[in-house]
Amino acid sequence: MKWRKLGKIFDPSEHQWKEDFIGFAQSPQVIVFENFVRIYFSIRKKDKTGKFISHIQFVDFDRELKSVIKVSDHEVFGPGKLGCFDEHGIFPINVLRHNDKILAYTNGWTRRVSVSVDTGIGYAISHDNGNTFERIGDGPVLSATLHEPVLVGDPFVKFIDGVFHMWYLFGLGWKKYSDDAPPDRVYKISHATSLDGINWVKEEGKRIISDRLNEDECQALPTVIYFGDRYHMYFCYRGSFDFRKNKNNAYRIGYAYSFDLTNWTRDDNQAGIDVSENGWDSDMQCYPHIFEMDGELYLLYNGNEFGARGFGAAILEHM
Amino acid sequence: MFSWEKLGRIYNPHDFENRSEWMFEFAQAPCTLVFDDFVRVYFGCRPKRDASGQYVTYISYVDLNRKDLFKIERFSEEPVLKLGNKGCFDEFGTYPISVIKRGGEVWGYYAGWTRCESVPFNVGIGLAISKNNGETFEKLGEGPILPYSLYEPFTLSGPKIRKFGDTYYLIYIAGKEWLTINERPEICHKIKMATSSDGINWKKLNKDLVPDSWGENESQASPDVFYANGKYHMFFCGWLPSNFRVTRKRLIGYAYSTDLINWTRDDSKVGVTVSESGWDSEMVAYPHVFELDGAIYMMYIGNEVGRYGFGLAKLNGEL
Repeated sequence: MKWRKLGKIFDPSEHQWKEDFIGFAQSPQVIVFENFVRIYFSIRKKDKTGKFISHIQFVDFDRELKSVIKVSDHEVFGPGKLGCFDEHGIFPINVLRHNDKILAYTNGWTRRVSVSVDTGIGYAISHDNGNTFERIGDGPVLSATLHEPVLVGDPFVKFIDGVFHMWYLFGLGWKKYSDDAPPDRVYKISHATSLDGINWVKEEGKRIISDRLNEDECQALPTVIYFGDRYHMYFCYRGSFDFRKNKNNAYRIGYAYSFDLTNWTRDDNQAGIDVSENGWDSDMQCYPHIFEMDGELYLLYNGNEFGARGFGAAILEHM
Repeated sequence: MFSWEKLGRIYNPHDFENRSEWMFEFAQAPCTLVFDDFVRVYFGCRPKRDASGQYVTYISYVDLNRKDLFKIERFSEEPVLKLGNKGCFDEFGTYPISVIKRGGEVWGYYAGWTRCESVPFNVGIGLAISKNNGETFEKLGEGPILPYSLYEPFTLSGPKIRKFGDTYYLIYIAGKEWLTINERPEICHKIKMATSSDGINWKKLNKDLVPDSWGENESQASPDVFYANGKYHMFFCGWLPSNFRVTRKRLIGYAYSTDLINWTRDDSKVGVTVSESGWDSEMVAYPHVFELDGAIYMMYIGNEVGRYGFGLAKLNGEL
């Protein structure tokens, strides 16, 4: 595959926001409307403790991703309640149309003491065409279980032949790689199914994507699309420690394909996209999202610094 | 009203000068397992506070002489269950446990505790299996067997495992809301139930089983279910989050059911309350009802939530 980069298309610092957002536009994910494409993302604010909280906002682009029509000027997703899995932010959000509704699956964050966070996957519905979302309960629809003990998150959902499929990540655990660093986590991509989108059946600890770096490789944010003769999955992966500043351990885009949604073959060489020599995506590429619009396939993703300065796009030139 | 005759305190950790450090004090939420010659009583115990001023809780046991339950024959030499790994749901405490014999094994359902930032803790329910008559247990996995979910968002605790007919029942509590009382988060728990055919895969009923009677936002705990005379009897305990730190009060409540799903609350029947003076003068809580050699007993904890141990009452008449 060969992707042609369109460059960074959105920088949150170039827009006016109603709230004191300090930057980041992470994990762009879309709903295509008749006259525009809406891209949801997570933007950050500092709370009273000085720590970050991710909030959901969106930007509406024209259908060629060339110009911004507007950015959201309201709260798209209300805060999680005290003690709930998503009390300390939502990042990312996955959105999809289903039966005239727009559904959202969220990765909710909650802070812990011995490790920085835990996460769970939430569910919400929009009753106003994607302007705002409402939870149907305070808790997660997917969270830690027997063999997926920590950090269940990064949902991506597709409705295929009457079944909801979710690709997501779960954590194997936390490890200290050096005495002077806080514990780091290892996580892998897995798969669950559901008939109603709310009650899910996991495969309990099954890792569907093989490792490329080593057994502690972290795999995140799967996005799946069908074209040609198979399902294609893009995701991002990185080393498990020293991944924030060291570009050799930082997130890269990974790729796998499947003919049956059960068996996936990893082949990053086919991904058709890599970091640039220099510029906004020279050190890191992460949080990919593939979608189809007007006969073209687009890839949205974040670059350096986990998307602190926005996101970019690429368009598929050929398979 | 049921007629419970108090027989006195069975175990007070402070009576044993040479006790292990990990069993320094507390003996909470007793749970019995009857053997030919002795009755094993599991309970939660604590060492002194750690460097951060916090407690961890371990599960321990004492073996009581079956003919004279006031005779302690043996102490657990080590915690029957290890604390969880870094970041896992049971990293900072395992308590309480409820056990059931299955073939040659003993299965233990336990609550695991972790520490959070905005609220003091979160709790999940795990499963561990013993192949040495309940002396030590190995966890089935690192994560919980009963996950946080849409309508039970946090603090799943106080499991009691029962088998009626071919079905396993897990009666437990789940947090409904973290209330803010005097600027401090206080948990409001309600009694819940899940069913299973194998003891591993559980279906939650998603229902508050027992209506409130002590007051608004009452917190319910330790729902102990016992079958007798064609009815299911539930003794549980509870407190009012709004004032229990001042009143130091925990109470025992009672409800009955013929189908385990619909419960009628009738605290007027409980028949056991605080003594005029002594070890249970402020509090009777965490009731556990069991049958032994033709008699029905209740074990319960006393003042300061079991800091000074648990005692025994015997039923006169019938349930």
